[in-house]
Amino acid sequence: MYAYDQYDQAMVDARVEEFRDQARRRLEGKLTEDQFKPLRLMNGLYLQLHAYMLRVAIPYGTLNSLQMRALADIAEKYDRGYGHFTTRQNIQYNWIKLEDAADILADLAKVEMHAIQTSGNCIRNISSDHFAGATADEVVDPRPYAELLRQWSSFHPEFSYLPRKFKIAVIASEKDRAAMRLHDIGINIVQNDTGELGAAFYVGGGMGRTPMIAPCINAFVPLDHFVTYAEACLRVYNRYGRRDNKYKARIKILVHELGAEEYTRQVEEEFAQLLDQGIEPPLAELERIRTFFEDPPFDGDADAEIDRSDPDFAVWVDRNTVPHKQPGYVSAVISLKPVGGIPGDATAEQMRLMADLAKDYSFDECRVMHTQNIVLPHVRKADLHALWTALEDAGLGSPNLDTVEDIIACPGLDYCSLANARSIPVAQKISERFAANGKTGTLGELKLKISGCINACGHHHAGHIGILGVDRKGVENYQLLLGGSEAEDVSLAKITGPGFDENGIVDAVETVTSVYERERQDGERFVDTYRRIGMNPFKEALYG
Amino acid sequence: MRLLTGNDLKSGAVTWWTGSDWSIHIEDAVDVTGSEDEIARREEAARRVNVPYAIDAELHEGSPRPSHIKERVRALGPTVRPDLTLKPADPEIGNWVI
Repeated sequence: MYAYDQYDQAMVDARVEEFRDQARRRLEGKLTEDQFKPLRLMNGLYLQLHAYMLRVAIPYGTLNSLQMRALADIAEKYDRGYGHFTTRQNIQYNWIKLEDAADILADLAKVEMHAIQTSGNCIRNISSDHFAGATADEVVDPRPYAELLRQWSSFHPEFSYLPRKFKIAVIASEKDRAAMRLHDIGINIVQNDTGELGAAFYVGGGMGRTPMIAPCINAFVPLDHFVTYAEACLRVYNRYGRRDNKYKARIKILVHELGAEEYTRQVEEEFAQLLDQGIEPPLAELERIRTFFEDPPFDGDADAEIDRSDPDFAVWVDRNTVPHKQPGYVSAVISLKPVGGIPGDATAEQMRLMADLAKDYSFDECRVMHTQNIVLPHVRKADLHALWTALEDAGLGSPNLDTVEDIIACPGLDYCSLANARSIPVAQKISERFAANGKTGTLGELKLKISGCINACGHHHAGHIGILGVDRKGVENYQLLLGGSEAEDVSLAKITGPGFDENGIVDAVETVTSVYERERQDGERFVDTYRRIGMNPFKEALYG
Repeated sequence: MRLLTGNDLKSGAVTWWTGSDWSIHIEDAVDVTGSEDEIARREEAARRVNVPYAIDAELHEGSPRPSHIKERVRALGPTVRPDLTLKPADPEIGNWVI
């Protein structure tokens, strides 16, 4: 994985000291909260429902064991012993003290991490495929391109005060595991008929209060110009994005209002001008970055067979491991979704264990998934049983990847000052209900996503089943949505009808899964059945 | 009744105006109806509180109870982590909040 050079480290170290001074001045009363707020937000420090919250960037979700251990140490030393892995492949701490914040940033800097651009109207953490470099279905490893974008976007002077926050995802396969088309810019690296690689640009997607699927504005940008093309996309947005209305400020609104064709025309015009200026990073820099992402020294003789004699282990293997490009290896997913647990939360002890397991079994690397689980990308099949045993002992062995228990849930009203309703208790009740009725496995792939407000951090628009918590006269109410997807079959979910209370929504989820069980045909997932039969059978079951 | 709340500048902890100081316990909070703006201005200027604001509340068994669920969660802590609330291991805490 990428290692900082002197410039990276110098920039991060300088930012720590700058923030230390800003925090000191705030504590001494030399800065008002109005003056300090934009400064702390630039360093990922929010004031949330119960305390300050620090969001730490994890570029394209990749961590080594040293970094994961540092995150555990921060949880223990400065927070309350745990952290929350987010849908942007980051981690958040919920109980931070302002007087500790600069020390935390200094600790992060020691392991080449930071919290820069995890808030504010700038380009946020670049996300990517959590199986990058391990999966056989990619045309190229997307991480060097994500890293190049990270460097380009870090402290980009022109894009530090955009109309609104800006999120970019990079993938390189037909399978979309990064919700690519629900980003401000989604980049899919593709191969044309002559074998040449290029970047397909999808611009203007997003969730939030106005969900939109990004249209493709250019199906093949040569890779030696892809940063310049991104610059052109941002320039047009920066120039014409709505700064007068926060709710219309995202690029999706601009693309929608201009029309994709007109937006594309303006981008192409800008791109042509930028090409003359030669702003693309030199190819040598991409090649330098690429050396950090070479394959680890795989065991060419690794055993391709797995001893499945332990039935519980076999279930975990079937559900939580995915094929790897290297024979004898798999990518193993550590579920942070124990039945009745808090999706995405991990204790310091669990983080340390995951760090050890990454070191022992996955070439010192792990990945945060946007679905709030952790991947060990390169695990020998022969090591799986030992890995699973260690996970089981630590409460991390839940065999529920992509099942109804594998719920994305935002922090909701339990932690977030923007939320209208709690998300976590609903997730807990649903996972408990399905674990108890024994249907988790038989329902197959079922992506359930819960947000506690319209901002959609829990990706409810993109759930096969989505749940949106709303405030109805001071009482939590939950709307049910069906038919969304953030994968390559991307679609936006539709609301079924009137909402439910906290217990009613759990019953409602069970009801719609019963309709699926009754109606499904061979091999159909929940979302496939929904698309075939439509909303009505589900509405009839829900509302009579 | 109206309560004045904010966050402690250093720790970020949720605090409540007691009439003479700030407390992390909502049961110490007093009615500030009519004087909330003046107290908030004075206390924020003195850096004894960060971003103060007033909320609606009612008396519930002798203690103030915020009218809105968001402030009730804020007053006690996350409902999903009773070990981290101000009333740990209290089985009734969920009822109080919701």
